[in-house]
Amino acid sequence: MTYIAKPKISHPGMPKNKLGLTSRDYEGAVSTLCAGCGHDSVTAAIIQAVFELGIEPHMLAKMSGIGCSSKTPAYFVSQSHGFNSVHGRMPSVTTGANAANRDLVYIGVSGDGDSLSIGVGQFVHAIRRNLNMCYVIENNGVYGLTKGQFSASADIGSKPKKGEANNQEPIDAVSTALSLGATYIARSFSGDKEQLVPLLKGALMHRGFALVDIVSPCVTFNDHEGSTKSYAHTRQFYHHVIDIDYIPPAEEIKAAYAEGEAMPIQMHDGSTIVLRKVDRDYDLTSRASAFKYLRERFNAGEITTGLLYLDESRAEMHELMGNIDTPLSRVPYERLNPGSAELKKLQGRYR
Amino acid sequence: MASVNDVVIKIATVNGTGSASANGLLMKSIFRMGIPVVGKNYFPSNIQGLPTWYEIRVTGSGYQSRSNRVDIMVAMNAQTYAKDMADVSSGGWMIYDSTWPRSQLLKRDDITIIGIPFSRLCNESFEGARARILMKNIAYVGALAALLEIDLAVIKALLEETFAAKAKLIDSNMQAIQLGYDFARANFKCPLPMHIEPMDATSKSIIMDGNTAAGLGCVYAGATVGAWYPITPSTSLMDAFRKFAAKYRVDPETGKNNYCVIQAEDELAAIGMVIGAAWNGARSFTPTSGPGISLMSEFIGYAYYAEIPTVIFDVQRTGPSTGMPTRTQQCDIMSCAYASHGDTKHVLLFPANPEECFYMAPVAFDMAERLQTPVMVLSDLDIGMNDWMVPELQWDESYVPDRGKVLSAEQLEKMDKFYRYLDVDGDGIPYRTLPGVHPKGAYFTRGSGHTKLGAYTEDAAAYQDVIDRLLVKWETARSLLPKAEIRYSKFNKAGILTVGSGDGACIEALDRLAKQDVHLNYCRVKSFPFGDEVGEFIEQHDVVYVVEQNRDAQLRTLLIIDINADQRKLVPMLHYNGMPINSGFVVDKVLEEIAKGRAA
Repeated sequence: MTYIAKPKISHPGMPKNKLGLTSRDYEGAVSTLCAGCGHDSVTAAIIQAVFELGIEPHMLAKMSGIGCSSKTPAYFVSQSHGFNSVHGRMPSVTTGANAANRDLVYIGVSGDGDSLSIGVGQFVHAIRRNLNMCYVIENNGVYGLTKGQFSASADIGSKPKKGEANNQEPIDAVSTALSLGATYIARSFSGDKEQLVPLLKGALMHRGFALVDIVSPCVTFNDHEGSTKSYAHTRQFYHHVIDIDYIPPAEEIKAAYAEGEAMPIQMHDGSTIVLRKVDRDYDLTSRASAFKYLRERFNAGEITTGLLYLDESRAEMHELMGNIDTPLSRVPYERLNPGSAELKKLQGRYR
Repeated sequence: MASVNDVVIKIATVNGTGSASANGLLMKSIFRMGIPVVGKNYFPSNIQGLPTWYEIRVTGSGYQSRSNRVDIMVAMNAQTYAKDMADVSSGGWMIYDSTWPRSQLLKRDDITIIGIPFSRLCNESFEGARARILMKNIAYVGALAALLEIDLAVIKALLEETFAAKAKLIDSNMQAIQLGYDFARANFKCPLPMHIEPMDATSKSIIMDGNTAAGLGCVYAGATVGAWYPITPSTSLMDAFRKFAAKYRVDPETGKNNYCVIQAEDELAAIGMVIGAAWNGARSFTPTSGPGISLMSEFIGYAYYAEIPTVIFDVQRTGPSTGMPTRTQQCDIMSCAYASHGDTKHVLLFPANPEECFYMAPVAFDMAERLQTPVMVLSDLDIGMNDWMVPELQWDESYVPDRGKVLSAEQLEKMDKFYRYLDVDGDGIPYRTLPGVHPKGAYFTRGSGHTKLGAYTEDAAAYQDVIDRLLVKWETARSLLPKAEIRYSKFNKAGILTVGSGDGACIEALDRLAKQDVHLNYCRVKSFPFGDEVGEFIEQHDVVYVVEQNRDAQLRTLLIIDINADQRKLVPMLHYNGMPINSGFVVDKVLEEIAKGRAA
């Protein structure tokens, strides 16, 4: 636990985003997680992504459940509203919040316990609704706050610090999301900021449910030899399939891509995602082939990362329901109340 | 037995045979003749095939509760003949389908058996098994029309309104009605000594169930987000909201919805959605029943501690556990009042009938937003799913929603710094901000221990400071909530205290007791925490009969806990078999208590 307030000093030469804010303006309170925790790297990546996108801090809503991961919204963008809800229930709170105000950008930060055990029901149903949000899972395979029990994402054969190896099938967030029709699915590693930041930017700007499943090692309870979620294991076995570059709206693609190496995809907000194919065989628009590929690489012991699935065509929750474009929370009462004359008329049928 | 406009008709049919529309037709016809009616549906937790009953009480005096007698039984279900016959009050009548005579079974000397061969009549006139079954159930409406003197023209007019676009259905239904009518006229002395005569006592009233009224109330209150998981007996509340929203809330310019209804995956999600939407500034609500309250409890505690306006309609059904999902009770009073772990207590509103379901909907939202806390409206199956005759609903155009203490962008701009949980006004209610309004409004909403500034804490004093301030808010709630309805008959030292749907039975019991020279004062609580007037009422009396519909005297317990009422004065009168309470129960219990007192 630290009680030291973070000093607010920013260097005059610090880069500014389109709002004239520096990355310091997107920081939060000092983290209280263990030194070296993967989650702190994810927090840093989120700060960079939100800063570079130039999201107005008060237009971002930070949602979470319970667990180490769910504490992290306090550590980024302190000028945004945060909602640290109850265990496994972040998706429902975000669904309601989004129902009331579709103008905000929603980032939910969850963990493997929060999303794949206690909250698996809400996780899958948020996907079914194609809730417009960026859903981050900081995945370390263990429960940290209760001292190291396996979570539902622990791999078969992965060893705990003490006791027997896990022998239950893991729940894989990525293939679960793929089977349920999530429209933006990515996996990354907390230690690979270069890959992670553009994936987060794409997820934040995607219209629909965007999952970013991030292997984020727990240094205290799951970073030992024999763990499949340790830094060493992840570094050894992780494998880029499709990396992306995120190009904001009205900005030209400047990077030089070799012929056939890059494919630009237009996003709904006018921005572009440039897919850099690392593995030419991978088709990120086909659920069937993505599933087959992921399963095969999983069986081979690899951790497949990158943007793994993308569907920009499917409507998100409000569109599916036919709701007005204005946030419902801002519709004036006069437009919501049918009035006394209508009430009188209606009651003719109840006689 | 002879009487005019004081008769109870009970109809026994099989679930899923179209009897609901026949019974509705019957009840509304009597209502349209200007005579007050009470309708109660006793249905099974089943889709088709099990016994079901509908009870229509014709009450010229305009009482609102069911009666505990049956004057005319329409026994259309052979499975339940024996039980149905046993239910008929002495001197009454039993109508049955005499296509298959039951001379051995139907032996009872003190009632009159009326055999009408409904099946034979309908088989002769209609083609197809389904039509014959449906028409048989319409034909008894005709027989009753003859026996009670219900105006056939009124029935016809109702049919014409119902089937406006299907002329053929009007004809076939009228034909079936005529069959029953003519047979009864030809074979029995009509009308019966117990019959009806037109009155003029319903022209300012409507017939509506409480769930419809509550759903309509939510539309009028300006609710925009509803989340729910289907559960009997609350489902029709969201059905109603949806129906009215589709009618009144489609934006004329864009054709898009000014509302959002989400069918959640379970009650845990439904309440989470409501809390998320309310946090973000929408009026949001969820309808549920007891099992849903159990599931929602963790989140209800969250909303209490993080201070988020939350509106829940609990349409209570018989517990514990799954209990009897299609039977009524007031068994969630305690679990709602103290839902969730830790020190929590919640604002409750208690409508007594559909009219109050409508008017209490905006009150629930106003209170939730003013107090920044969960508000639960405790209806029950009897109110929610039965058709009640209530005064025509009125809307006060001057109503302005109370959105509570929400800071605007302009207010935030002028502030040095915003802190979420400061008691600026001394009423225990802090100011809140909505996301997306102003960067200065940002704060971190949490269910973990927090200081009055909104920061995480494990500090003893800082924690206790906030939890104590919530008690200040509780007292503010007490002063703002709807006051109890109190009636004094004349000077006496005994009273009845009840809640919700106990109202109708108690009001009628007061009249009946008065005729026996037992005069009682009356208090019906409308909210929790209880206002000062409730404590004063109890203090003024030597004995207070607490009438409620659960086994464990939950309302009585709350009175003891919340306002320290003298428990020796509070005599529990508990009706909890799943049927709606009736005045006879109250009268008998009161007379028993008085007799006991005399003996002692």
